[in-house]
Amino acid sequence: MSITADITLPPRNYEILPKGISNPEAAGDLLEVAMGPHHPSTHGVFRMDVVLDGERVVKLKPVFGYLHRNHEKIGENTSYLGSMPYTDRLDYFCSLTNNWAYALAVEKLAGLQVPERAEYIRIITAELTRLQNHVSLVGFLLQDMGALGTPLMYAFREREKILDLFESLTGARMMCNYMRFGGCRVDLPEGWLEQAARVVAEFPRFVDEFERLIGGNEILMARTQGVGILPKALAINTGVTGPMLRASGVNYDIRKVDKYGIYDRFSFRVPLGEHGDVYDRYMIRILEIRESLKILEPALRDIPKGPIIDPKAKLRGFRPKIGEAYGRIEAPKGELGFYLISDGSPNPYRYRVRPPSFINLTILEDMCLGQLVADVVIILGSVDIVLGEVDR
Amino acid sequence: METLEQIKVRTEAAIAGALLEIIPNDSPSGQRSLLVDPAHAAAVAAFFRDDPQLRLDYASNVTGVDWLDTVLKEKVKVKKLIEGVEKEVEEVVERKRAGYLEAVYHLYSMELKHGPVILRMRTANRSDNVRLPSLTPVWRGCEFQEREIFDLYGIIFDGHPDLRRILMWDGFLDHPMRKDYVEPDDYEYEPTPHDEVLEKMKEHYGQKAGQ
Repeated sequence: MSITADITLPPRNYEILPKGISNPEAAGDLLEVAMGPHHPSTHGVFRMDVVLDGERVVKLKPVFGYLHRNHEKIGENTSYLGSMPYTDRLDYFCSLTNNWAYALAVEKLAGLQVPERAEYIRIITAELTRLQNHVSLVGFLLQDMGALGTPLMYAFREREKILDLFESLTGARMMCNYMRFGGCRVDLPEGWLEQAARVVAEFPRFVDEFERLIGGNEILMARTQGVGILPKALAINTGVTGPMLRASGVNYDIRKVDKYGIYDRFSFRVPLGEHGDVYDRYMIRILEIRESLKILEPALRDIPKGPIIDPKAKLRGFRPKIGEAYGRIEAPKGELGFYLISDGSPNPYRYRVRPPSFINLTILEDMCLGQLVADVVIILGSVDIVLGEVDR
Repeated sequence: METLEQIKVRTEAAIAGALLEIIPNDSPSGQRSLLVDPAHAAAVAAFFRDDPQLRLDYASNVTGVDWLDTVLKEKVKVKKLIEGVEKEVEEVVERKRAGYLEAVYHLYSMELKHGPVILRMRTANRSDNVRLPSLTPVWRGCEFQEREIFDLYGIIFDGHPDLRRILMWDGFLDHPMRKDYVEPDDYEYEPTPHDEVLEKMKEHYGQKAGQ
């Protein structure tokens, strides 16, 4: 097991972190602060080693792994279906989109077709997931800014209505484990569509109310505008995806580019930001909520009757042919992809998750340099991370 | 988008000495990939990014794969004399393949909205020569993902700006995603192990445990 015995290893964490960088403009001594791993602003168990010159950030290194459980190794040691409930635990706010991304990759690998009704159910649940993710992100972001309590509770009130829908459909509020290869697990219960339509119809009222409450707030603007700017070219090169990328003005939405599922049947727009600052990232989420509602209304109206799973799809003894596939979807936090290699056995030979919020953190240091330490908190909040997915 | 064959021909014409090989994929996904030799990988990557027809400006997914030493069985048709008559007979030929580690890059274009083009690189073996060029200078999106590959698979990326362990802790010795990884029989990590735990660690890691 002495794999790395004779290879010179790169320097360790503590060797790289600056103990005293020579900065000619530093007014005083540099201060090294560990923000986290137990810090309310880090949205989980996550640490940032920040070097401060006064209140300005000179250097910032994110430190991961507190929640690492080697999800990918577990995936290689279980059957294809056995990994489905595990995907819920990646981004535990959006288990249904995680399910969809994994199901999509396996369907590509095994060549399964999805019946029409299941496609509609998938779109409805995915867009509901997007609604509740964006709503709670906005609430958390405002909480990070010091708007304690009220906005977050308003947001969670709406999120609860959507979680009730998930519970009556899948039996679980957050760990849904709902999709299967080639379709979905169970059909919609009676009255579900009507209930969902009511939630969707009431949602714009909440968004309007929320925007009246918060949108023009002076403190919000002062804290967010011009803070944590991410330029367009840098955003593309760093592989940033999702609302964060579009806030920087890049028109790239996988729902439009790949047209997976039946997204090509719905007309919705892709909101884009101009400045790429925290305010744009906040507004993009509000606008995306409105666009998601435009998908949900016709989807809930037009959903056809029929089977919900491909009859060819086998739940037991599922062995795809030798080969590999990469499937990706536009999850609420960005591009969520699954890369699978099959060697013909019941377990995948390689099971890889492309976690959007992990890769979106690549750019965290660049966005924070030169900013105030108080702004680091809201810049991190605007990235929208979930540590279950970052650490896997 | 161009086919992989066209990309291969154009790339080999543009970069002197670059050797690309198309890796087939028989699964219904049909996602074939391009194997590039590590010596020219950085130049090929920069060409992919800057070429006006490709413009693969976005490295989406970067990951490692571990392939152990295996014996591949291939069916070959051989002509043989059977009872005086020449006949074509299928024979199974066994071929040994040395193991290697592989880095896989899924590339897309945000500007032209096409993809994926899948790029692969292979190390010489799994033990002492596990170096590959880093593509982080071309796509910064690879930075954390290459660190993750280094951490979990042990591929060393030359030219990476900050190659450290990312998910496992610094004192960790092995690379847990390798197929032949053996878990320690004691799960409790202790910074300063002693007594029974120290004995168990020495048994598992050899003398390195004492360091």
